[in-house]
Amino acid sequence: MGRDADTTVAPAAASRERIVGVTDLTVVHQRRGGGRGERFAAVAGVSLHLDAGEVVSVVGESGSGKTTLAMALTALGAHTSGTVELLGRDLARLSQKQIRALRPEVQVIFQDPHGSLDPRQSVKAGFKELRGLQPERTRWVDDAGLLAQVRLSPDLLDRYPHQLSGGQAQRVCIARALLMRPRVLVADEPTSGLDVSVQAEVLRLLLELRERTGVAILFISHDLSVVRRISDRVYVMRHGRVVEEGDTAAVLDDPQEPYTRQLIAAVPGRSLGLRPRNGLDELARGARSSGTEVAL
Amino acid sequence: MSTSLATFGARKLGAALVTLLLALTAAFALGHLSGDPVYNILGPLAEREQIDAMRADLGLDKPIAEQYVAYLGDTVRGELGDSLQYFRSNAELISSRLPQSLQLLAAAMLLAVLIGVPLGTLAAVKEGTWWDRAASTVALLGQSVPVFWLGLMLILIFAVQLRLLPSGQSGGLDHLILPAITLSLLPLAHIARLTRASMAEVLAEPYIDAARARGLSSRRIVGLHALRNAALPVLTVTALQTGVLLSGAVAVEYVYSWPGLGTLALEAVQFRDYTLAQAVVIVGAVAFVVLNLLVDLLYVVVDPRLR
Repeated sequence: MGRDADTTVAPAAASRERIVGVTDLTVVHQRRGGGRGERFAAVAGVSLHLDAGEVVSVVGESGSGKTTLAMALTALGAHTSGTVELLGRDLARLSQKQIRALRPEVQVIFQDPHGSLDPRQSVKAGFKELRGLQPERTRWVDDAGLLAQVRLSPDLLDRYPHQLSGGQAQRVCIARALLMRPRVLVADEPTSGLDVSVQAEVLRLLLELRERTGVAILFISHDLSVVRRISDRVYVMRHGRVVEEGDTAAVLDDPQEPYTRQLIAAVPGRSLGLRPRNGLDELARGARSSGTEVAL
Repeated sequence: MSTSLATFGARKLGAALVTLLLALTAAFALGHLSGDPVYNILGPLAEREQIDAMRADLGLDKPIAEQYVAYLGDTVRGELGDSLQYFRSNAELISSRLPQSLQLLAAAMLLAVLIGVPLGTLAAVKEGTWWDRAASTVALLGQSVPVFWLGLMLILIFAVQLRLLPSGQSGGLDHLILPAITLSLLPLAHIARLTRASMAEVLAEPYIDAARARGLSSRRIVGLHALRNAALPVLTVTALQTGVLLSGAVAVEYVYSWPGLGTLALEAVQFRDYTLAQAVVIVGAVAFVVLNLLVDLLYVVVDPRLR
């Protein structure tokens, strides 16, 4: 499946180092409220990969297994069978200590930015905690510089999560992730709780970071218009299985599976025709020119 | 922000004063509802003149509203009246017993917190395992075992049979052990159950997963992020239990002949010394209200969202 010629490819993508490799992954859960033995596969036989500098999206409706997949491949949730390799290391063969040592390489951005920050911890204290954890790794930037990376003012350092807007809180989460200089960012619906104008800013920021640092991004989303704008490749999930995969433009312009067609048809305004980067720029510019306040 | 803080403080202070007034009114009413105090003190064979003289002496011949106002005025000035049984001022009696009660209370609450919080935390972290079930059983036992029975059993085992510890009276640290254990059981159970519930709720918060994803150790996540956020309800129940135990350690003090406020209250009731009983109730109520107010204000320190 070929990509559009003018789609931006990250500079680091050329090296194509395998960052995440998932083979035949199955995660079985006990059915909620069900009796003993009532089990279902939240993820069933999924294989995917993510290479250095790539932005890969996993799309599907709510309950399709996207978040379970993200939890399993970040070792935040257990998997039942199959293999998950992070930077060439099989998670099932690693001890908890070894997994913890690997975590700085794999940072996660969660859906609810306020929910993923300890309400009793100021922005500065959050950075300090991570610096204590990885003194060498985090020395590359000071707190103000780190906030500048996510286009936030150093004035926010003393703020607590409840004193931040949704967009600011998500940028703080991204800054915390960045501080660790990860090889991969797993972003689980990182913009779905944000205003449209702020969404565009956060997405632009993620892409900029990819270009600047070469970080690979696994983007979990149900929003096809966002996926179209930011990802190089896409996996479509339904009922725990990957039903379609390929280059974003190819999959979204010419879907082979009826389910993918359904998903595309469900997008309001069918705003999928925009080119990946241009679309995002347009969205962000539109937000600014319309006077919508963009939290910076 | 400071204005809202001042409003918060003023509101809490107002609520505390109203609670205090209600408690004082209840103490006043109880003194008058439990029969004619003078008749209770002097007994059925007292002469009319004797009764009238004592009634005038205690101010009980005045209209009830006037008595109430005088009582409130005295209480605000810290005048708690004189004991009808000991012929000493109630304040003096209470202050002679208060250190013993505080010593027992501090030891019991220390045990309750030092055991209850880790027990509840363990149960929450190991939710659904036998650790959880064991901790919940201990908590349930703590809430259902009557303290007087537990006290007697501990005396029987450790004082009578094993002769390891004294059976009662205050004295050295060894005298404190059994009463403190007995008194700690109920607050320990409350604290453990509440810590478990509060921790289980916090451990399900997204920021706990986020902390794990950032590479923090389980010890730091549970011991710092989770416990700090689960602490508010635990702090409240600890303060409430402290207030309750200050004047409510009657059974434990009685079983161990511990010379504290609890036994003083019991003596006051036994000898129908209503002014003393009232004074003990007032001290307990004030301590309770003040503790609650302190906890409310401490919330602001602990939780930045309230600032």
